[in-house]
Amino acid sequence: MERTEVVDAVYDACVELLKADRASLTEATTFAEDLDADSLDLVEVVMSLEDRFDLKIPEDDLEGVETIGQAVDMVVARASDAAST
Amino acid sequence: MTAARPALVTGGGRGIGRAIAVALAAAGHPVAVGYQTGKQEADDVVAEIVAAGGQAMPAAMDVTDEASVDDAVTAVERELGPIAVLVNNAGITDDGLFIRMDTDRWRRVLATNLDGAFTVTRRVTPGLVKARWGRIVNVSSVVGLLGSAGQANYAAAKAGLIGLTRSLARELAPRNITCNVVAPGPVATAMTDALPDARRAALAAAVPLGRFAEPAEVAAVVAFLCSDPAAYVTGAVVPVDGGLGMGH
Repeated sequence: MERTEVVDAVYDACVELLKADRASLTEATTFAEDLDADSLDLVEVVMSLEDRFDLKIPEDDLEGVETIGQAVDMVVARASDAAST
Repeated sequence: MTAARPALVTGGGRGIGRAIAVALAAAGHPVAVGYQTGKQEADDVVAEIVAAGGQAMPAAMDVTDEASVDDAVTAVERELGPIAVLVNNAGITDDGLFIRMDTDRWRRVLATNLDGAFTVTRRVTPGLVKARWGRIVNVSSVVGLLGSAGQANYAAAKAGLIGLTRSLARELAPRNITCNVVAPGPVATAMTDALPDARRAALAAAVPLGRFAEPAEVAAVVAFLCSDPAAYVTGAVVPVDGGLGMGH
């Protein structure tokens, strides 16, 4: 899986679910402060990524995920785990 | 008026659940009648709803089994569309004095009455969150508030439903999902028919209104909580108990 594909997916989720302005998003964008997302918002973003990439992301992976870049890393790591098993 | 949103009623084949399924169908909801053991009864409820011009289907599920719940909800959503209304009604009793209550008896009642509500709600909730609309009603009991000699397991489970519901009400409120409890008192069902006559008479005498409820009287309150006009009611414990639990 290409990292850029995951970045696009996270941007899509932020636009659709958090009503973010796509042009303003970067990997440094924070969910809580920049996008005013609460914990349930973040879970929704994760659920949409799970659906899109047919992955299961354990609850523990969400610990410490604050930025779009970190969310991308989380998905990439899980996808490579899934691919190697 | 209430839009026709698919509903799932667990334990919908008999007693209070049956009345709830019929009431929701009458309000225009396509209804999945969840059942575990009484297939014929569930089929009868479905037939009754369909004969009255409604839409319904039976849904075999064991609420204590995650895979069974997953299969059933998947089948329901394939046929009726995404579930928007969930009534956790499935429940059992297995009464006995606490001092003689073994762990199996305790666990069995908790597993169906409390864990079952968790499992079904957990399966249905992501869809409600996505839809930004939902109604969850958990059927508790006045004994969850008052306690009941010989029913420590049942009362604990029914009290647990209140904590579950109110936590969900807080978590899901931002997604326009309301979560409420109805707490019936004694209701005329097969469950209470099994009680000795003297016990039934004593129960009725303890109720200010002096009688058992009809299942339809509980169902009417549930149907209201599932309706559009109930949009501002969440985290409520609504007694339908003839006054038995007043002040609790």
